[in-house]
Amino acid sequence: MVNLMVGLAMGLNLVALGTSRLPALIRAMAMQGVALGVMPVLMEHEFDWRVGLVAAATVAGKGLLIPSLLRRAMRAANIDREIEPVIGLVPSLLLGAGATIAAVALGHLLPLLPEHAGSLLVPGAMASVLTGFILLIGRLKAISQVCGYLILENGIYMFGLLLIHTTPLLVEAGILLDLTVGVFVIGIIVDRIQRAFDSLDTRKLTALRE
Amino acid sequence: MKEFLLIIVPLAGALLAAVWRSDRTRPWLLPAVGLVHVVLAFWLLVDPPLIAPGAWWGFDPLARAVLPAVSLLFLVCAAYGVSYLRIRTERPNRVFVAMLLAVLGLLSAGHQARHLGLLWVSTEAVTLASVPLLHFNGTPRAFEATWKYLLVGGTGIALSLLGSFALGYASLHGGGIGDLTFAGLVAQGGTLSRPWVLTAWVLVVVGYGTKMGLAPMHTWKPDAYGEAPAIVGAILAGGVTTVAFTAILRVRAVVEAAGESAIADRTLLAIGLFSMLVAALFLLGTRDFKRMLAYSSVEHMGILSIGAALGGVGMWAALFHVWSNCFTKGALFLSAGNIRRAAGARTLDEVGGMSVLTPRSAALFVTGLFAVTACPPFGPFFSELQVIRAAFETGHGPAAAMLLGCLLFAFFGLTRVVFGVVDGRPRTAAQVAGRNFPETAGVILPPLVLLGISLWLGLATPNVLREAWTAAVAQLFSSP
Repeated sequence: MVNLMVGLAMGLNLVALGTSRLPALIRAMAMQGVALGVMPVLMEHEFDWRVGLVAAATVAGKGLLIPSLLRRAMRAANIDREIEPVIGLVPSLLLGAGATIAAVALGHLLPLLPEHAGSLLVPGAMASVLTGFILLIGRLKAISQVCGYLILENGIYMFGLLLIHTTPLLVEAGILLDLTVGVFVIGIIVDRIQRAFDSLDTRKLTALRE
Repeated sequence: MKEFLLIIVPLAGALLAAVWRSDRTRPWLLPAVGLVHVVLAFWLLVDPPLIAPGAWWGFDPLARAVLPAVSLLFLVCAAYGVSYLRIRTERPNRVFVAMLLAVLGLLSAGHQARHLGLLWVSTEAVTLASVPLLHFNGTPRAFEATWKYLLVGGTGIALSLLGSFALGYASLHGGGIGDLTFAGLVAQGGTLSRPWVLTAWVLVVVGYGTKMGLAPMHTWKPDAYGEAPAIVGAILAGGVTTVAFTAILRVRAVVEAAGESAIADRTLLAIGLFSMLVAALFLLGTRDFKRMLAYSSVEHMGILSIGAALGGVGMWAALFHVWSNCFTKGALFLSAGNIRRAAGARTLDEVGGMSVLTPRSAALFVTGLFAVTACPPFGPFFSELQVIRAAFETGHGPAAAMLLGCLLFAFFGLTRVVFGVVDGRPRTAAQVAGRNFPETAGVILPPLVLLGISLWLGLATPNVLREAWTAAVAQLFSSP
């Protein structure tokens, strides 16, 4: 059941890489957030309030709050909805597929505890981290980079699920990563209000160079 | 209790600053809190507390060996900050002062964290708290620097969390029951799962190495240091990088306990030498004297990393270098800040002849240059000498040779920029701006004090510090 969700998340990685529209990218990311939020509940045999809290916070944060903030930033910045890729969509997809295969292969090299044997969490995590990197490097718009960062972070969260029973605190701390994203987005909005750039194209951020 | 006050006092100060009404008197909170912090930190340095074995926080030998340096640097920068914010009355300083104090509190928390998760939370919080500091000037360039800092730093932070998870799983796989204090992990030692420990090590070095500014993860540094006010640069270079360095050292101790110290040392040595090489090459090319400071910082992070790779003697030298680099770099940042303000520009094309316009700052800048390029009798000379000696003693002759070569190139690069700024005839535009920047005691004394500390560290390293560094090395190499 969890593996199904991991599979869904991995599929959404490829959707995120293949889409050419910003709202679609945000939607893929939000759906991945919800899938991640459901995972800890599915992993449970009996209900644990701490795990429930993590799940609720994840769905609320990754699935609702951040996507809506991003949409607001998109409106505030009044940017057009096309994604401008540095790495084209098809090459991104191929890279993403390659990353997924590499993640599955690498996942086999790392020893797992018996109770995690057969779980797709480790390959899923690595695939998402790599997808996040491809989006961070291969997209120009600030908002699509934030989406890339979020997908990278989702990968880390998936890995954290392996630890949720023994060290819940560490995993809960990971939710703080979402704060970083919050700061990113608020930064965009605040800066919009203060006026700085005509478009949120990170290509314009090139005054500082050697 | 005093060790908790180190965290609570600055955070309370930050809250106070957030509700303080007057923009004019608010900056005085900085030195006030800084002074309390220094008193506490040095009290603890002289009279170290006992730490409960399983404690999550504590003023342990490693914290004792570096935190007082950060504290003292903050106090001097805070004193400079009062004069600086008086010149910058056009910018509201509420957020700036509050966040600067929060950074001090969180840095103290990070240095004292003896738990993998808490260490990460503190570092993450420091990263986020420093965002408004970088954006203080509010210019498009400052926004660009802040954006890059967040993007690169945020990715680094994310990877270090992944590394922490991997280390947690290594412990779990080795039969651990979820004790993620560093002492607990070291005690688990050989039972930790090796593949997971190595995965964790790579991720932690990349993650915290990004915060520390080791090449090739240093790309945020020139932008951030170039655009941020001088005190922010000094505190980032002397404080934030230090907490990332000690984080790497703490994880290294776990890796060593797992029996993989050879790999850990080789990584640190390689990445340290690479950082020095990259820094030396960029120093030869840069024309901007604030970005120059960033590359110099990358170079010194490289020296720290190399020192940490060279066993006990090298580690001792690296801790010494944390102190000498922290104060010397601080002096350079502050004097460069004065020159930048007086000249109104930062590149060699626009700035020159500053020895005429701002003679005192220029003198400090040149003295700082000689201190940071390891001319005796300043602190960096002695600490770098120790690193090189450790390299030869442990049979790393080629590495030592490369280190010396990079130091030489860095010297060429630094002198080229510094004398370009100081010598020659002042530009006409700068002459007008320079008249509006009086060299008051408030902006001259702080860098002078920092240089004095650097000199004092070199000439008469206090015994209490030597003993603190030895204790920290003993803590880091405690595994059998």
